[in-house]
Amino acid sequence: MSNDPGGMGAGGEVGDAHLSLSADAGAPMAEKYLPGAGLDEPVLVDVTEVRPELADSALVDAIVAADRTVRTEVGEPLLRMEDVSVVFGGLTALDSVSFDIRRGEILGLIGPNGAGKTTAFNAMTGVYRPTKGLVRFDGQVLGKAKRNQITRLGIARTFQNIRLFNEMTALENVVVGTDARHRTSVPGALLRTRRHRQEERDAIDRSMAILEFVGVGARATEKARNLSYGEQRRLEIARALATEPKLLCLDEPAAGFNPAEKEALMDLIRHIRDDGYTVLLIEHDMRLVRGVTDRIVVLEFGKVIAEGTPEDVTADPKVIAAYLGVPDEELAEGDADAPA
Amino acid sequence: MSTSTPAESNGAAGTNGAAQPVRPRPELPPAGQTPVRQRAHGGAGDRLRLWWDALARPAQWGIGVPFVVFIALLPILNIPVLTTVGTNFGAVMAQFGMYALIAIGLNVVVGQAGLLDLGYVGFYAIGAYTLAILTSPDSPWNVTQPEGWLSDDWAWLAILPVAVAITAMSGLVLGSPTLRLRGDYLAIVTLGFGEIVRLLADNLDEITGGGQGLKSVAYPRLGVTEELPNGVFSAGNVGSTLNSGVWWFWLSLVFIIISLMLVGNLERSRVGRAWVAIREDEDAAEIMGVPTFKFKLWAFVIGASIGGVSGAIYAGQVQFVIPTNFNIINSVLFLCAVVLGGQGNKLGVILGAFIIVYLPNFFLGRTSLFGIPIDGSEIANYKYLFFGVALMVLMIFRPQGLIPVRQKLLTYGRELYVAARRTLAKMSDGGPQAAYATSAPASGTVGTRSGGADGAATTERTGDDEPTDGRNR
Repeated sequence: MSNDPGGMGAGGEVGDAHLSLSADAGAPMAEKYLPGAGLDEPVLVDVTEVRPELADSALVDAIVAADRTVRTEVGEPLLRMEDVSVVFGGLTALDSVSFDIRRGEILGLIGPNGAGKTTAFNAMTGVYRPTKGLVRFDGQVLGKAKRNQITRLGIARTFQNIRLFNEMTALENVVVGTDARHRTSVPGALLRTRRHRQEERDAIDRSMAILEFVGVGARATEKARNLSYGEQRRLEIARALATEPKLLCLDEPAAGFNPAEKEALMDLIRHIRDDGYTVLLIEHDMRLVRGVTDRIVVLEFGKVIAEGTPEDVTADPKVIAAYLGVPDEELAEGDADAPA
Repeated sequence: MSTSTPAESNGAAGTNGAAQPVRPRPELPPAGQTPVRQRAHGGAGDRLRLWWDALARPAQWGIGVPFVVFIALLPILNIPVLTTVGTNFGAVMAQFGMYALIAIGLNVVVGQAGLLDLGYVGFYAIGAYTLAILTSPDSPWNVTQPEGWLSDDWAWLAILPVAVAITAMSGLVLGSPTLRLRGDYLAIVTLGFGEIVRLLADNLDEITGGGQGLKSVAYPRLGVTEELPNGVFSAGNVGSTLNSGVWWFWLSLVFIIISLMLVGNLERSRVGRAWVAIREDEDAAEIMGVPTFKFKLWAFVIGASIGGVSGAIYAGQVQFVIPTNFNIINSVLFLCAVVLGGQGNKLGVILGAFIIVYLPNFFLGRTSLFGIPIDGSEIANYKYLFFGVALMVLMIFRPQGLIPVRQKLLTYGRELYVAARRTLAKMSDGGPQAAYATSAPASGTVGTRSGGADGAATTERTGDDEPTDGRNR
């Protein structure tokens, strides 16, 4: 937030959207937070009561939109997998995989179980190092970057099996995501310098807006473990968005969702893209993938077997044979209840 | 001017100016059922916490300051129920002060960051030995007069920062290689560290005096009078109500308050959040961009420094250090204080430290309790047995400790908690069921921007031009 190069000169930019948020927070501050907060109580917060600005969805979008310089132009490849192989012992999980993720698109990465989707994902986010090949992101080779550095460079992810910080509140979870954008460290925090306090305030304001953005704002003060499954999935997305990613990677975000929830999730993913983010989506559910993605890459046995628009890919006989294993006509009915 | 512009698809819906600006608020349940607050009021601790948090800031000061003063005056008031018979109560409180500091430091490592450190006594020893080596006449590196240049009057105070710095360095040296390990492996390596420090102290005869230890360590020379030629902090100040133990307790209290404030600042910042995130799921924290190794190292260094302060206070108070005072059993006792009091809760671990120090001393020399004749000294000798049993019982019935932690990590998020409270107040006439009933469809009613039924409206709303303005900062 507030990326003014001068650091301390935040005062010069008071007209800024999110700064105006903290200015309005004065009135209720006098009262102390409490009963119920932190206790195992289901508590709904009427966020707009504290932050009336957040009722304006356009402003929420504006705050959530990443405040970062992306070198890649819209439509150009933001992330390039160049001939990437990942080998575990004798098993080749990825075999010379090459594809691009273009800035501003929603790319679907699909394939049957064990096809190497998650491995590709892990190779991008630094969990595994490619045995061979390069991952180039926004003009930079990721190479030996550590996992937290890759997040700082601008790749954020969610987890296939939800991994939230359960004992922290929803809001705190999201604020942890903003850590990558903090510039004061331990000495600043020890002495509570002005810049540190400003950063904290900005982080919380932005996090609250992100919570509203994904639709769990009302549960901000609830511990993450007390949220419903769907809310937890959304909270994971919120936490990833808080890192201000250039590329947001969602690993099966709709697993375990019912059709209505999937529909809502598709809207959210589109909304994230429309807010200026690039999205990589790994998903089993063909209907969701076809409904939301701009392009699809299909993996099988660690190789790319097809790439193109959802229509082209789902019509590709190789894909149908490998992934769906059913004739074309049955595809329409069959995929709705495909295993999640 | 940022280069990030919305994707083309944003423009497609951009013509729609009729975006809904107002998002519906969560519907509050109707009034008129059983109060929901009762669930919040779980135990006495929770009730106390609620009461305290509900107080205004001046009221909190108004209660907090007299309470701290009362604690400080405890050794002087010498309340008959509390006082100890076998040892001087002032000395007991001085020991409590040192243990409380240690508990605060160890709590950063174990309670906050979740790193099991079984060699914490090593830092305590390094703090004590640094002070002793630099100020004891038995040591070849003595810098105090007459051999050295430092006046005895200021030696303790001058060497204290050195002791803290060296302990912090030792935390860095121990942490850099070992913090790549996790869980049990880390615990074993730190256990080894604690032993290494003690063995070094025992075997580097020329510097540490070996098993003989180092005598005549410096202490603050303050309040020198005719009766007390060495000042109030001297071990010679015995007998009177204001003995050296009381003075050392007050000095510890100052350091306790300073550490509580600094550690509290960290807790409610990015650092504290990172620690809790590391404790909860280190990999997830790392992938969310938290430099986990750096923050673990900081936890170690901060914990070590506070341990070093305590060590320096110890060395000054007893004016004498020997290796046997830094046995590994002390590490276990420190850890016991943290676990007993409540890992992660600063005040909890201080209570833990009090229990660890006070209980054995309470029994020491006591011959009857409630009229029943007992051999108190014998009971005190079995303190490790009793603490072991107490820990086992605690782990079964209250694994979170006596005063469990309730995190409030966000300093500036208070307005939200206010909102939560107000919502709860409105619900206080509705039952818990009502509360659950509203929470269930929360994502649908509140998060309409992405709610299933509102899907169409959501996509329309994205067409505003404002997002671009907001981004081009």
